[in-house]
Amino acid sequence: MSIDTETARRVAKLARIKVEDADLPALASEFNAMLGFIEQLNEVDVEGVEPMTSVTPMRLKRREDGVTDGGMQDKVLSNAPDAREGFFAVPKVVE
Amino acid sequence: MADVNSLTIADARDALRKGDLTATELTDACLGQVEAAGALNAFVHNTPDLARDQAKAADERIKAGDAPSMCGIPLGIKDLFCTKGVPSQAASNILDGFRPEYESTVSQKLLDAGSVMLGKLNMDEFAMGSSNETSTYGNAVNPWRRQGDAAQLTPGGSSGGSAAAVAADLCLAATGTDTGGSIRQPAAFTGIVGVKPTYGRCSRWGIVAFASSLDQAGPMTKTVRDAAIMLEAMCGHDPKDSTSADLPVPDFEAALTGDIKGKTIGIPAEYRMDGMPAEIEKLWADGTAMLKDAGAKIVDISLPHTKYALPAYYVIAPAEASSNLARYDGVRYGRRAKLAQGDGVTEMYEKTRAEGFGKEVQRRVMVGTYVLSAGFYDAYYNRARKVRALIKKDFDDAFASGVDAILTPATPSAAFGLGEMAAADPVQMYLNDVFTVTVNLAGLPGVAVPTGLDAQGLPLGLQLIGRPWEEADLLNTAYALESAAGFVSKPARWW
Repeated sequence: MSIDTETARRVAKLARIKVEDADLPALASEFNAMLGFIEQLNEVDVEGVEPMTSVTPMRLKRREDGVTDGGMQDKVLSNAPDAREGFFAVPKVVE
Repeated sequence: MADVNSLTIADARDALRKGDLTATELTDACLGQVEAAGALNAFVHNTPDLARDQAKAADERIKAGDAPSMCGIPLGIKDLFCTKGVPSQAASNILDGFRPEYESTVSQKLLDAGSVMLGKLNMDEFAMGSSNETSTYGNAVNPWRRQGDAAQLTPGGSSGGSAAAVAADLCLAATGTDTGGSIRQPAAFTGIVGVKPTYGRCSRWGIVAFASSLDQAGPMTKTVRDAAIMLEAMCGHDPKDSTSADLPVPDFEAALTGDIKGKTIGIPAEYRMDGMPAEIEKLWADGTAMLKDAGAKIVDISLPHTKYALPAYYVIAPAEASSNLARYDGVRYGRRAKLAQGDGVTEMYEKTRAEGFGKEVQRRVMVGTYVLSAGFYDAYYNRARKVRALIKKDFDDAFASGVDAILTPATPSAAFGLGEMAAADPVQMYLNDVFTVTVNLAGLPGVAVPTGLDAQGLPLGLQLIGRPWEEADLLNTAYALESAAGFVSKPARWW
């Protein structure tokens, strides 16, 4: 599997990372180096093997569905780059 | 007492309890060392006022006779841990200015035990790196140098600042985190002890996430005994981390008898890599002989899927990272890029992430995005998870055959020069973790123990891998190895 600049552009878009057009060929070539390394996995016979979901056999803990915390709007917003009137503020989302 | 900053946790604890030393004196000595060690770039956010307050409180506790082992012990905390009111930015530009409103469970446990936080430690950005060269703070520098050579060496990564700080006696011990070898490789590069506990032993809550199914916090210390003392204070069940194990925490220090008679140590054939330096071969053979002399039975074992561990890791870790790092969008915390007239929310995301993430982080996030994307999920991600199951089965089989612990080299080489790998392909850098990454994939406990010096006078370490949840037994074997190796060298001070 070889990645071309168009695929690199699409991946950057999916990852929401701006990559200049001029940098796409170098990025594609780095992807290819990493994927070339990963390709070794195709040598392994994985027939009938279940994909691992958890390293230790465990059932996730459950608890009562109740409110355990809250009422700290100031703390939640204290690190926001832009917070106004108790909300996170962002540029226009819908036209 | 002179040079109290170079004490072990165990010796400092005893001196504090006897009244020969106060936590305030000890903390001041460490703060002085931190101040004078700017050239190592190990501490990146210093908290001297906080440290002095904590030391004072520790002295009161000790006086009142209520002093756990870690009470009054000055520590450095890796920048990956969220610490309340203190900058915590995972060595990333994207978290510039972030001051958490909460404290990570592990650092809170250490504070509850009376430890003192001297400050935050340098690391690779988001713990992605093996040389501490991806940090937004610049490189951390290894206090060790090659004989007769002033070239700056890497302290390893990602917990490079932690390793440099402990090796240079700036603090008594430090926290690290380990996703593919990030505690054990830097420990080996700096001649200290580093423990990655069983997955689930330490809570991940409040630690900036890299790859959630692999990340574990652990202690980085001067001795195995110190690692046992500090690990006990760090671990335990936490309802805030759903993968945290609800198991009792043993008294790890009490397990250190040094008696390993009758234990079976496995030597895995697949860890004998092509082109392995003769010094590493010898270190490994010497370590094997030491454990044999101490009464252990040595057996050859096979872990047949070892060579597929790194490729599986470089699918699974980037995949999890791409999901975990999606949260850095310039909305809720950290940094937002300056926007142009007319930019909408998509431009805000794309510019913020392009400016905020360094090259290595961007590369891994995009590789993770690719392997999880429609059409490739099965071919890459699911296949890697299947290979991971086989890697774990290799270890399960070895342990089922009666092996108590596995001895391997910790790293394929001694510390290399900063910048030496700059021209290399990223995959070359990834090979640093070839001996450690299997342990994360299988969720096992592992410890790096310094056991020798190479021809250039640089420290080298061996790794012991244990059965899940049997850190106590593993640490005892590490203690026997440490006692036999008698590694006491320290870096000559130049900073």
